[in-house]
Amino acid sequence: MERKTGGIWEALQAREVSRRDFLKFCTLMGATLALPSEGVGQIAAALENSERLPVIWLHMQECTGDDESVLRVNNPTVGELVMDIISLEYQEVLMASAGHQAEAMLEEAKQRYAGRYLLVVEGSIPTGEGAHYCTIGGRTGEDILRETAKDCAAIVALGACASWGGWPASRPDPTNAKGVYQIIHDKPVINLTGCPHNGVNAVATIVYYLTFGELPPVDARGRPLFAHGKRIHDNCERRAHFDAGQYVEKWGDEGHRQGWCLYKMGCKGPQAYYNCPVIRWNDGLSWPVKGGHGCIACAAFDFWDSMTPFYGRLPEVPVFPVETTVDKIGLGLTAAALVGVALHAAGTFAWNRSKPAKTEPPPAEPDYDGGQTMVAMADTSEPEPPHDDQSDQSEEEGDGHGG
Amino acid sequence: MAMADRIVLDPVTRIEGHLRIEAQIDGGQITDAWASGTMFRGMEIILKGRDPRDAWLFTQRICGVCTTVHAIASVRAVEDALGIQVPPNARLIRNLIMATQAIHDHVVHFYVLHALDWVDVGSALTADPAKTADLAASISDWKGGVEYFRGVQQKVQKFVDSGQPGFLASAYWGHPAYKLPPEANLMALAHYLDALNFQRDFIRVHALLGAKNPHIQTLAVGGVVNPVDPNSENALNAQSIAFLRAKAREALDFINRVYIPDLLAIASFYKEWAGIGAGPGNYLSYGDYPSDGSGSPESLLLPRGRILGNDLGTVLPVEQDKIKEYVSHSWYDYSGGDGEALHPFQGETNPHFTGPQPPYDFLNVEEKYTWLKAPRYEDLPTEVGPLARMLVAYASGQPRVQELVGSVLENLGVGPEALFSTLGRTAARAIETLFIAEHVEGWVDELAGNMTTGDLRIHAGELWDPAQWPATAEGYGWHEAPRGALGHWIRIRDRQIENYQAVVPTTWNASPRDAAGQMGPYEQALVGTPIADPERPIEILRTVHSFDPCIACAVHLVDARGRAVSTVKAL
Repeated sequence: MERKTGGIWEALQAREVSRRDFLKFCTLMGATLALPSEGVGQIAAALENSERLPVIWLHMQECTGDDESVLRVNNPTVGELVMDIISLEYQEVLMASAGHQAEAMLEEAKQRYAGRYLLVVEGSIPTGEGAHYCTIGGRTGEDILRETAKDCAAIVALGACASWGGWPASRPDPTNAKGVYQIIHDKPVINLTGCPHNGVNAVATIVYYLTFGELPPVDARGRPLFAHGKRIHDNCERRAHFDAGQYVEKWGDEGHRQGWCLYKMGCKGPQAYYNCPVIRWNDGLSWPVKGGHGCIACAAFDFWDSMTPFYGRLPEVPVFPVETTVDKIGLGLTAAALVGVALHAAGTFAWNRSKPAKTEPPPAEPDYDGGQTMVAMADTSEPEPPHDDQSDQSEEEGDGHGG
Repeated sequence: MAMADRIVLDPVTRIEGHLRIEAQIDGGQITDAWASGTMFRGMEIILKGRDPRDAWLFTQRICGVCTTVHAIASVRAVEDALGIQVPPNARLIRNLIMATQAIHDHVVHFYVLHALDWVDVGSALTADPAKTADLAASISDWKGGVEYFRGVQQKVQKFVDSGQPGFLASAYWGHPAYKLPPEANLMALAHYLDALNFQRDFIRVHALLGAKNPHIQTLAVGGVVNPVDPNSENALNAQSIAFLRAKAREALDFINRVYIPDLLAIASFYKEWAGIGAGPGNYLSYGDYPSDGSGSPESLLLPRGRILGNDLGTVLPVEQDKIKEYVSHSWYDYSGGDGEALHPFQGETNPHFTGPQPPYDFLNVEEKYTWLKAPRYEDLPTEVGPLARMLVAYASGQPRVQELVGSVLENLGVGPEALFSTLGRTAARAIETLFIAEHVEGWVDELAGNMTTGDLRIHAGELWDPAQWPATAEGYGWHEAPRGALGHWIRIRDRQIENYQAVVPTTWNASPRDAAGQMGPYEQALVGTPIADPERPIEILRTVHSFDPCIACAVHLVDARGRAVSTVKAL
């Protein structure tokens, strides 16, 4: 079983991918990665000369939505291409083998590609006393992760759950679910957040890795800057309506049909950093705000707690540009929402729960007030579910200074 | 790995989630079997105290393969609790979203998850492309030809020769249970690749109607949030209708010219599997695809009903209060003792792991051995899924289903009893895909008609504001998910979720024993299955995959002290 040396370009030729399609793919990746134009040439050169990258893909507490997202990458011929750029050595959803033969493939891949394989993890990992909440072949997911991480080159945490715990880790975190970076500290980990992550970003990350030999630059949360450097609100196709004070007031009203701003329907775009509006989904066809629903900030850490209730209105969204006056904004904007109109730097990250942050602390930022203007959870006299320590924590969420 | 005659298959691959099968082998066949779900997350406790309008966004994330299904069941449950009836356009858009999911999911299951149980990739590499082209042309006019099949063969050969065969490597190639001639293997392998392309393109219907896939984002309690307006670029308009119509026709084309011919061709070599893999013989369908807002069973395209003991002469009604769950062999305790079953409204989930400490070789199957509960209808183990739906429709006299089932049986030269089997499940899934796909364009036309007559309503707005809600409410939402009957039960108090329960298709099918020791459908279906080589039990994969397992859904919840309060299961 000799490794081939022909490189990816040769493999692509065998699949009848034209040079033109190949360069188109490189250009698209370059654009997604926000590289300068010479970067496209570098990508092309790297892909032409690379062997297929060995990848071990582990499933933990997951829903397989992140696999499915990768299967949806849609650029003509490129979805298949992914199978030629990487070599899936172990992937439970797709692999032909099962049972102990599957486990043997995992062992063999770890040895054969020691120090060279990319580890992709999908799903959160129940840890410590909760480790028995996920077992595979009789072993805990935590054990398997630790052992498989030992000899990998780098780790891609795919989706919200692998990145920071996702919904299993949200209040009250029944299984002590963790993200990869909270368990593995001696390997580079990149967090492709999103629920699910967008498959285009995963492909772009892998292309970057093949091209430059390292993971792309990340923000304080370990998320790739190319995907999380810009605020959804600032790239939103409905932004002009926000600035003009034109808001959807009811599902299906005239404003909704005309594509007005969804802020009053609970859109979290002003607090969300993701390239969703730019790359969109399913071959660029749509994304949630285009579809007519507010953003739920699914690429933010902790969004299941910090961004809910989803239909509650974000308070204190600054009106931009700064010279806009209330009159210009028009009657659509309620006085309440104008409280605190103040321009502040970007970096609106709501960090509400005490979680070990691997890198620097989160940006001290505003001020997502976890509930005051959020009608449904407000003024309830009912206590939180019976978890005292947790409810204390949730009280703190209100001021947005957790972290 | 064997304890004399006990074999373990873990991980079961090409499914959603973490499933383990232990089976007792004697005389070359399975004499006893246990199915275990080995992963648990805890959705229901996480939902408690939250806004019921948010629930669908949470529950949808139970599963990313059958994405949409827990979303649909959830909004229906809240609407049932509050007495909300959605406008016609919302019903139509939901039907289209559900049908798209069913078609996509079934095609992906057949080709990506199930096909390699029947199709030997190793053998495909030895096929004669010219003979393959002849074979393909004899069953369908789908694209083919010598060059096409030679190209596929060369691509795969190159892939294998690369020394990095990756996910296509398998110790099962060459197993004596593979029966297809090399040419049929090559044809199916080519269509595996075609199916990957089809699914990527077809699911863009969800991008149009759901804003994205996986995990759509256009539902809302009370309807949908896709604006509809023929005169707006920012709404579903004439262009959208044209797109939907085109995709509906492409899907029908792929199913008629690829999926159905492949199913028949492959099945004709595996007819013995029409006598293997029978489940408990009890089938349940909640029914789905309403044609009006009445909520009545008569309005459903896929009929509601139950069949007992394989008796296609009688279709029994479905009553929600007859559904209960046992934990006698599941890692939970009931406060009233494990001998009783509980209805979802009264459900408890007190998880209590009593299995062997990992790493372990075998589960203690005499005691508790899984994270799945055991749902029962009037104490009977019951199978759900495409086979259950097609049987209920067939026995209910649904004319088109009778016609399709009849033609498949005739083509294969088998009688209706062949349906109660591994092969029957796989065939029923294909028949259902075609049946549903044939109705998609009708819903598109209806939506277009409403646009023309100016009915642009998409949402019942009156009860959107929780201030209008009663202090307490409870309800349930049913949906026929691709994998079978799905139900969500919700109790609302003071505008918050007080309790939330889901009883999920794979929980029905992959359930363990109950208090009376009755096996779940997977377990029962495995008993009697021949095993040619205990080291390579491909026959287990065939029967288990015929149910299309989705284990992520089979997960229950615990509170912060490690006590489960309620349960959510995986599809």
